[in-house]
Amino acid sequence: MGAIAAAGPPGLPRLLAGLGTAGATMTLAEHHAVHGPLPSISSTRLIEVLGHSGLRGRGGADFPTATKLRAVAERRGGSSLVVNGSETEPASSKDRLLLARLPHMVLDGAVLAARAVGAGTVIVKIGDGTPSVLRALEGAVAVRSDDRISFEIVVGPEGYVTGEETAVLHYLARGVAKPTFVPPRPYERGLRGRPTLIQNPETLSQMALIARFGSDWFRELGSDHDPGSALVTISGAVKTPGVYELAFGTSMNDLLAAAGGPTEPLQALLVGGYFGTWVRASQALRLRLSRQDLHSVGCALGSGVLIALGESACGLHESARVIDYLAEQSAGQCGPCVHGLAAIADSVGALADGVAHPQELKRVLRWTAEVRGRGACHHPDGAARFVESALSVFGDELEHHRRERCWAPPAGLPLGGVVEGAREASR
Amino acid sequence: MSAHLKVNPIMCEAHGLCAELLPELIRLDDWGYPILDQSEVPPELLGLARRAADACPTLALILEERDR
Repeated sequence: MGAIAAAGPPGLPRLLAGLGTAGATMTLAEHHAVHGPLPSISSTRLIEVLGHSGLRGRGGADFPTATKLRAVAERRGGSSLVVNGSETEPASSKDRLLLARLPHMVLDGAVLAARAVGAGTVIVKIGDGTPSVLRALEGAVAVRSDDRISFEIVVGPEGYVTGEETAVLHYLARGVAKPTFVPPRPYERGLRGRPTLIQNPETLSQMALIARFGSDWFRELGSDHDPGSALVTISGAVKTPGVYELAFGTSMNDLLAAAGGPTEPLQALLVGGYFGTWVRASQALRLRLSRQDLHSVGCALGSGVLIALGESACGLHESARVIDYLAEQSAGQCGPCVHGLAAIADSVGALADGVAHPQELKRVLRWTAEVRGRGACHHPDGAARFVESALSVFGDELEHHRRERCWAPPAGLPLGGVVEGAREASR
Repeated sequence: MSAHLKVNPIMCEAHGLCAELLPELIRLDDWGYPILDQSEVPPELLGLARRAADACPTLALILEERDR
């Protein structure tokens, strides 16, 4: 079982194949010239092939794609397909890259998924801060006449929590870009009370290739546990920050080398973005891009974000800025998130500035433990995890900060914007 | 029958009645929002748990009772 086409293209790049360096959007003709036309495939077969491929969602939840598709397909009856192109993680650029430069790859996947779950309309939800994405999508949708699917592009406000699955549905249904209290889960009851499939643009793009070349081809890269390739946005102290396509199993050193290598010796890496985890460089550089390796140090790849922190930067101050940002980004709906994150941010700021009460560390850690699981969405959980890892990895410096002022220059971690000077390449 | 307490954090406005009525399973955080005991509500506290859920001014506290 597995292969649909006899053979797919070997090696990398896969998703980013044919992507020029000039920044242009790939046309439908160019897309077909690189990857071939979208094959027709039955719902059952697609779900079977996806299951065999082992593809998991690339929006951060890491959930098996076939299982999610099957759950919506089985419920049928006017279901909807939503492409979640919000990409609200400030340190991630991969979804914008796909939507702006390779929109037909994403739309191919969206059409496949829509057909598989019996949805007649594909809704692409994006943020209002990226006009290039909107232009590319409008252009792409206009030339896709053979899909027998209607497309709708919805532009919503930017903001960290607006990309959360229930916030996307809330915005589409009522114009409110804030999470709702679940259950029911969207796949049970989403838009207009119908089962709704929400997918990340990279997941759909991977699907578009798996439908063409089969699951055996997909598994040629990576390992049994982590098959295929992934888009990783690498930023921080590397020479050429940007989005890179890498095979699972790639070593952390090779990942950094893809982005031109470090600009200075590294002290730590933030894996998984701002809901992610700091890992000491000595430990991180021994890891590979695999779920097992990352789990072993308490991380997950999340939406594929990696930030390198150089020796010259101050992890405590950088983390204080990030938690300030996360506290500000609360949707403002749930008390534990509103009050808890604000207090945690103040405390981390005081700790970083060396002006905290001796008992402050203990208090912050009580708060991070207490806020977990107490919001409608996972915003407090992610922020708590980030802070706990920051205080653990940079905890040794607290004493130093108490005694003298820290003069480390800001490392300029991306906050509330696209990665500066983002480039695209693959390796 | 098994019963668990849940709170809808969007509805909760930190009135704190629940913690008054059911301190065995509910305590308040530093801002007055409830922290619930996640384990199963013991049978002897079911009556009090129902009362706490009914007394919540915003109906944010939910007692989920399920047949096993």
